[in-house]
This record gives sequence, C-alpha cells and structure tokens, in this order.
Amino acid sequence: MRALGIIFSDLHTDTVDELTRYRTLASVPFGGRYRLVDFALSNMVNSGITRVGIIAKRNYQSLMDHIGSGKDWDLSRRNGGVTIFPPFGNHRSDSLYANRLEAIKGLMGFIAKANEEYVLMIDCDSVNVIDYHKVIQEHEERNADITVVYRKAEVTPDLHPHMSLTINEAGRVTAAALTSDSGTTANMSVNAWVIKRKLLYNLIDEALAHGASNFERDIILHNIPFLRICASEYEGPYLHISSLANYFANNMKLLNPEIRAQIFEQKNQAIYTKVRDSAPTKYGKDAVVERCYIADGCVIEGTVRNSILFRGVKIGKNTVVENSILMQDTITGEHVYLNCVIADKNVTIRDRRNLSGCETIPYYLGKNVMV
Amino acid sequence: MYNKKKCIAMLLAGGQGSRLKALTTTIAKPAVPFGAKYRIIDFTLSNCTNSNIDTVGVLTQYQPLLLNEYIGNGLPWDLDRNFGGVHILPPYQAKNRTDWYKGTANAIYQNLHFIERYDPEYVLILSGDHIYKMDYSEMLQYHIEKDADCTIATLEVSLDEASRFGIMNTDDNNIIYEFEEKPAKPKSTKASMGIYIFKTEKLACYLKKDEATEGSQKDFGKNIIPTMLACGEKMVAFPFKGYWKDVGTIESLWSANMDLIGDDPKFDIYDPYWRIHSRNIGIQPHFIGEHAQVVNSLVSGGATIEGTVINSVIGPRVKIEKGAYVKDSVIFSNSVIHEGAKVFYSIIDEEVHIEKGATIGAEKAESVGIAVVGRHVVIKEKAIIPAGANIEEPDQNSRKGNKCSCEL
Repeated sequence: MRALGIIFSDLHTDTVDELTRYRTLASVPFGGRYRLVDFALSNMVNSGITRVGIIAKRNYQSLMDHIGSGKDWDLSRRNGGVTIFPPFGNHRSDSLYANRLEAIKGLMGFIAKANEEYVLMIDCDSVNVIDYHKVIQEHEERNADITVVYRKAEVTPDLHPHMSLTINEAGRVTAAALTSDSGTTANMSVNAWVIKRKLLYNLIDEALAHGASNFERDIILHNIPFLRICASEYEGPYLHISSLANYFANNMKLLNPEIRAQIFEQKNQAIYTKVRDSAPTKYGKDAVVERCYIADGCVIEGTVRNSILFRGVKIGKNTVVENSILMQDTITGEHVYLNCVIADKNVTIRDRRNLSGCETIPYYLGKNVMV
Repeated sequence: MYNKKKCIAMLLAGGQGSRLKALTTTIAKPAVPFGAKYRIIDFTLSNCTNSNIDTVGVLTQYQPLLLNEYIGNGLPWDLDRNFGGVHILPPYQAKNRTDWYKGTANAIYQNLHFIERYDPEYVLILSGDHIYKMDYSEMLQYHIEKDADCTIATLEVSLDEASRFGIMNTDDNNIIYEFEEKPAKPKSTKASMGIYIFKTEKLACYLKKDEATEGSQKDFGKNIIPTMLACGEKMVAFPFKGYWKDVGTIESLWSANMDLIGDDPKFDIYDPYWRIHSRNIGIQPHFIGEHAQVVNSLVSGGATIEGTVINSVIGPRVKIEKGAYVKDSVIFSNSVIHEGAKVFYSIIDEEVHIEKGATIGAEKAESVGIAVVGRHVVIKEKAIIPAGANIEEPDQNSRKGNKCSCEL
C-alpha cells in the first residue's frame, strides 16, 4: 500500500458527446462487457493499489451504479477500497470545479488523511494496461518528486491536446510542451502521474494560493527546473478515446488477437468489471457468426460479422449485423440489416429496418431508442 | 439482537458421485461444471437466495477443497450475511465421538447444533446435485398451510420411469399414506425429488431416534421418511411443475446440458427475474474467428473458437482451433481442442488438451456411449478414443509428477 489512487472520471467527457450524454467518460461502455473506468481501476488493483478515489462531476449515476461497493474489483474494504467523490462545490460561488487543479482541491481531505507515501493520478480517456507497480518502483529508484508516464508515439490529431516531454538519458524531464504537433513522433504523456503525497498537498495548496488553474502548466511545466520530474515509459497497447470515430476504431481493434492478448491475457492479472450473472451466450440453429467479440447473455439467431456484442444482445432470425457495436440489451428484430452502427444501451431495432453508417462516421443510436 | 430465522436450508453436498466417473476423481459432485459457466451447486444456491432463504448450511465430505473455495463467503449468491448466510459444515472431531457423515440423515444429525443456533421453525433439506429452478418459499407456504410435519416435493414422472424413484402414494389432498422406494409396480407417478421441509422439532426428534436405531442406514429416503410415516406423522406431497433433473450420471449430466440449447430449450436460464448466480472470474468476452462455425450451442466467456461447434456447450476460456470439430459435446473450462481434432458425443473436463488430429468418441447414435476425458489429461496426436471411454490421469493427487526432489 505505497500509493493512493485518484481517478479523474470526466476531464475529457466533452470529447465524445454522443456517448457521454447520459454518463461520464469513465462509464462509457467498451469491449463487450467493460466500461472505461474498469481498465483504470483494474490496473491499479493489479498494481497493488487498494485505496482509490474517483472524482465525479456530472451525470455520474451510471458510474455509481457500475462501481457499487467496489467488490467486483476487490475494493470493498474496511481499510481503503474505492470511494466516489461527487463534485465539491465552492460555498461562495456555488460553482463546480473547472479543471484538474480544482478537482484535486476537492479531495484534499482524502489526500491528507491517507497514510500512503505516494499519490497516483490517472484519467479515463484510454484503454491501457500500465503496470503502476513498475512506475512507482522507478519513481523510488530515481528518487523522483514527480513521475510522468509517457509513450513514444506518432502524434495523431486526437493526441494534439496531450503534453509532450523532452527526456534526458537519466529519465529526467528537461522540458515539456503543453500540446503536441500532429505528424511528429514524440514522448506523449498518458495523463498518469506519481507524486509524493505530501508534496502534492503542498503544491496544490501553493498553486491555488497563487491563482493557478492548470495542473500541467502551473505544476508540471512550472516546476521542471525546481523539482526532480522523471518519466517512465509505457510500451503496451494504448487505445485513446476522444471521438466517436476512434471509439469505433478502437473497439474494433479487439477483433485482433494480439491486441486482445496484450490487454486481457497478461499473466496473474485480469480486467475486472461489474458482475451481472448473465447466462452463457446461446447460438441458434441458423446462427452464422464470423470474427466477432461477444459477451455473455446474448441470444444469436441471425448472422453477425466483424462486430462487438455487449451483454444481453439479441439478434433475430434472418437479421444481418456487420461492422457494428451493439451495447448491453440491444434487441434486433427479424430481417434487419445493420452496417457500421453503434447502438447504445437498450436500443430496440424493429423488423426490416436497414441502417448503415461508415467507419469514419458510424451511425449512432442513442440510449433507449426504438427504431 | 437477531437470534432467530423462520426457515433455514441444509444442503447435502458430501456425496462422491462415483457414477460421474473421471469428473469426480478430485472434486465433489456439486462442484462439477455445468451449462458452460456454472457449477451444479449454483442452481440450488440461487434457488435459496431467489426464494429468500438466507441461511444455508452446506454439508461437505468428499473432496471438499474446490467446493469450499468456490462457495467461499457466499458473496455471489448474496449469502454473505451478518446473521445467517452460507456456512460450510464438514465432519468434525467431537469430545465423545469422531465420525464421517454416515448417511444423509446422520450428516444433519451431526449438525443439529447448527440448526439450533438459528432456532428455525422449519428446516429445508436440499441436494447439491439437482438442476432446477424452484421457489422454496411457495413450498414453505404450502407446508405451513397444510400444517404438515414433513412436506416432500414431488415430480410427475411417466409410469415407466416411476420404478427408478421413491414414489409417494397420496390421497386427493396430497396427504401421503404410503412411500415406496423404487417400486416394481408403481401405484402412483409422484416421484420424490429429495427436497424436504420439516418442522424443526419433528426433524430433531426423528434424527435422534434414527441415530439410536441399530442397523439403520441413516438415510432420509430409506429410514427417516418411512419411520415418520409409520408413526402417523402428517406427511404431505408438494407437487412441483417444471424442469428438474438429477445429474448423478454421465448420461443425465450430458442430457441436462443439452436441455439448455435449442430455440425453445427445455430449461430456461435467461429469466432476468430468476438469475442463476455463480462465482464469476474476470474474463473477457468470447471470440468467434473468421472461419468458425457455431451452431445451436452455448458459449461462455474467454473462449476462442476458430473451428466448428455444433450442438455443444463450451465453457470459459476453452480454445477450439482451426479445423477442429466439436459436436454433441460438453467442454469444461480451459481445455484446448487442437487443429484438426474431432470430438463427438463427449464430456471433456477442465484443462484437457486434445492434440492435433485426435478423435474422441463417435457420432451420437443409439447404443453409443458418451466418452469422458478427465481433468488435465493430454490426448496425444492422432490418438483415437472410442465412444463410452473414461480416460483419467493415473495419479491425480500428485499432478506435479511423482518425482520427489527431497531425499528420504
């Protein structure tokens, strides 16, 4: 129990506004049975972090429903466990936090009361399998004040708002830019930081006293000359969710066995999620299924190709579903044709409907819609 | 302070289940996997929690390790309670006697103090090897309304089958006047399901009486029920309608699995208001490959299917490689069917490898038996295992090998 975990559930919520109309980014469904927060939480649990706070802001009902007591992540504990922090309003201005700094400020009590030596802060805008145990070990070996997790990557337009780092041979950050230029290869921050708990407390206190508002600029960038800020490289899979198009593309990457193995088949660890006790998936006499990733509880009587089905999806007879993502409890009737469709939870598609989008602009059906 | 329950359940889970052959070499029958993602005991435990019975004693004896671990604190079934919940009750050493459970009645007798601890008015006796969905609260209500001393759940069977069961002969009000164990010429078709509700004081009284009777087999069906009937206690049959199967043999276990598949399956596990709970492990969805064919089957999480699967039940993390062919079979978790291997009409236990080109069993037909391959067995390349065979690893207790590194 060397580190306390903090998860920011909605700092990037505005980027995928279709999927986050009714939920925070952290509870966006991904990969057949997961929510984005599952990857963040599971990585922490797999790294031995057992005291975790999740900072919420708006529309966090689905997040609270998903996390429950935390028992599915082994985080229902007397000592530690997971806690969701609803927004901490300012009693004078009655406004909610506007940035990472103010969000952390709402947790100062939680941070002060813990006895862990470090704080690990992460976001929910990507699917990854970062080993934080290793990050903290490197942090200690280098006697760092702050460690930033980064990956060497080509900067795609969606990564433009991420920080890029200049790192010397000893792994120390010597310079950083708040945004990155598309098309170059850079050391991209993945929005995961390890900081000594007491140092974080002091830094936040001081920054807010000086009217600071941006964590990256006013704490990281500002302190490069004064603190030992080091970088820890992550080389595993990283699926960044920042638009409906890359949400679609990154889900589809799970049809690739290598990516699945990297994320889900690591030795001695697992990605945990809320247990729903669904029955196994049933394939009917006329089912035709090719290259699909399918969760429990589905009943398939038609044809499904290159698709991802979440729990409890039903595919009717003579229905063809291709290149689509159907979330929990989507029901299709008979003689339906779907291509490049994202159906949110509880969508009903009636007989003989024919819906088609394309890879870059998938056809999105909102939660509880009936077509 | 809480100190009383209205009704508690005692679940008999100690039997060896030797008729399940290789499947119960190292695990107890209630822990045998069933229906792709369950274990047999999930159905009874889920019935308890869905019937608002929140105190369950599970009597274990034979190979209890996996069963104990699986039940754990009862969390998956909502049976982790501050007062009550699920408790494992193994045989124990006492001051004046030390005994294994010598029969179903003796097992309960040895745990009378557990029952007394909760001071229930009624005790429900269950078996851990049946597949069914039943609302015990309805049976309890019936028991109370009839003011019975003992209520026995019964199932209508055909006259041919009746001679394989304990048969209850009742009057028009379902009052039992005669009980016949496996009668040659059955007078009725009401078969006992091995599910009983007793008034607690009657149960305790007859268990003590039976314990003192020399030569008794200490069995509910053979001793307690006939004695109670002979003593004129009020015994009532509770007619159960619905699916029920004793999965004590390879054939019945196989056919109960098959009853889950099809467009209109005999046994429905998809009822959202009667969920079958089980201990879930963190596993990903399953993957169906590009050239795979999956027809009329059940598939559980983490499985990877690249070959052909027809009329089969596929457990968690099973791998079916390209060109492999599985038909009319049940495959438990973590097994691998390698390229070109064929599996017909078989039950394949956990962590089995069927290597390239091997053939297990024969196409289903009358007079062809079900092949069984036990845990951890590796079937060599191109090997042929005949129908009805029972293959198990020679020494299950030292799976890591017989070589001992220490010098004695």
